[in-house]
Amino acid sequence: MIIRDHLNPVARDLPKSGIRKFFDLANTMEGVISLGVGEPDFDTPWHIRAEAIYAIEKGYTFYTGNMGLLELREAVSDYQRRRFNLEYDPSQILITSGASQGIDLVFRAILEPGDEVILVSPTYVAYSPLVQMAGGVPVYVQCKEENGFKLTKELLEEAITEKTKMLFLNFPGNPTGGVMTKEDYAELVPLIQKHELFVVSDEIYAELTYEGKHCSIASFDEIKDQVILMSGFSKAYSMTGWRMGYLCAHPDVIHAFLMIHQYAQMCPNTIAQYAAVEAAKNGDGDIEMMSKQFLMRRNYIVNGLNRIGLKCHMPKGAFYVFPSIQSTGMTSEQFCEELLNDQKVAVVPGNAFGAAGEGYVRISYAYSIDEIKEALTRIEAFLIKRGLK
Amino acid sequence: MDELMLLEALEQNARLKVTDLADILNSSEDEVRKTIDRLKKEKVICGYHTVINWDKANKEKVVALIEVNATPERDKGYDNVAQQIVKYPEVSSLYLMSGKYEFTVIIKGKTMREVAEFVGSKLAPIDGVKGTVTSFVLKQYKIEGVPLEENRSAQTRLAVTP
Repeated sequence: MIIRDHLNPVARDLPKSGIRKFFDLANTMEGVISLGVGEPDFDTPWHIRAEAIYAIEKGYTFYTGNMGLLELREAVSDYQRRRFNLEYDPSQILITSGASQGIDLVFRAILEPGDEVILVSPTYVAYSPLVQMAGGVPVYVQCKEENGFKLTKELLEEAITEKTKMLFLNFPGNPTGGVMTKEDYAELVPLIQKHELFVVSDEIYAELTYEGKHCSIASFDEIKDQVILMSGFSKAYSMTGWRMGYLCAHPDVIHAFLMIHQYAQMCPNTIAQYAAVEAAKNGDGDIEMMSKQFLMRRNYIVNGLNRIGLKCHMPKGAFYVFPSIQSTGMTSEQFCEELLNDQKVAVVPGNAFGAAGEGYVRISYAYSIDEIKEALTRIEAFLIKRGLK
Repeated sequence: MDELMLLEALEQNARLKVTDLADILNSSEDEVRKTIDRLKKEKVICGYHTVINWDKANKEKVVALIEVNATPERDKGYDNVAQQIVKYPEVSSLYLMSGKYEFTVIIKGKTMREVAEFVGSKLAPIDGVKGTVTSFVLKQYKIEGVPLEENRSAQTRLAVTP
């Protein structure tokens, strides 16, 4: 049997993530200073970790209901009301194993073969492959740096066809750090209504919004039933390894999710759910502390990059900067490979996030000021050596 | 400029240079320098210290916490007594407390004998001091928010992740 021929061609032929390739390279080298990660560097706050330990001690190690612990869904419901003024009944909240599982669920539960999903490029690496695995067709909207990588009414209108079923948003976004304001969203709402689109809003970086308050597209009542809010604990509380996420949506949508989730996942990790209850109830102070640190680091790295000649705007959210490297005359991949080989600094090529990312690199500032400083020194040396500064 | 953020950045790392602070605060070096000078003058910034685990550097030096009972004076309260105690360079910190006694005196970096001598011949005889209870620190686990023994591996994140 020729094994390859018997595999699902969609899974078999998905391209390797551009990040994966880079990870393999960086991991074989000694003395690499990496600005390549998509997770915070803080320890999960101790009071949250302690709850997981207590959960184990008390023997809370069985399955929970498919939807997740009621206590956790209530805590998430309170949290969304308290932080973002959003009303979701606990019955409208499904706890998932990281927001990642949520991404897979929404596509599988909603898409039919040939349905188009509008993705905002440059875009997080997981969306497009999962759309394809669910039989959907990704359609990219190319956002521009000069608009702060926002989705505009014009761009959206151009991308909509009669096959469009879903608009997928991620603000504040990975990899650009772009955000959308209430006014920005208001422009899109009539189109979403008119074309009866589902909107999936991945708001995992909501708490890392540095200027003004985060606005969710779910706050527009006229389309709230069409919106699926996706979030989780990873970025706000530095809980990436716990794999705790959730989906908030209309009860009929949640029902469809649950039909898949009950068989595919049963329930997320019970112990992590108890930790998440503590985070949602008593973690606001941790959020403030971490987002303040990120704000300082953002300012530090953006001012530093501009000084050494890599022009970038000040992103308003998440923990990434997305500077243009077009002035160097190199492609994104060339730049990253040479920077890694030459100075042992790992950053991620922008084209790993779609064609619109070509000419850019993603630099994460989920690092201490000292680490960022060292990386900036090395990047500057790299540019000077090539006569680019 | 965000003054609170400046103070927090300095509290975390007093060794940040003015250029770094200007970047962090998204401000100019000149502005940062002027603000720091003013905050120093106003005694908001009172000094820059290094957190040292003396247990490791020099076993002879101890940390002592001394509870001091004192008598207040009309109109002055405890201020005069406090001023007398503050003058001694041996005293690292001095706090007026609520509760069973009036002052907590913290002495760092002296030997046990030096502390005993200081309490007996300097602190206890001060007018208004009624009594003292001296406790010595046996082992330090955390100073100024810094755990002294880190028992986990430093970097467990992957180098590159989405």
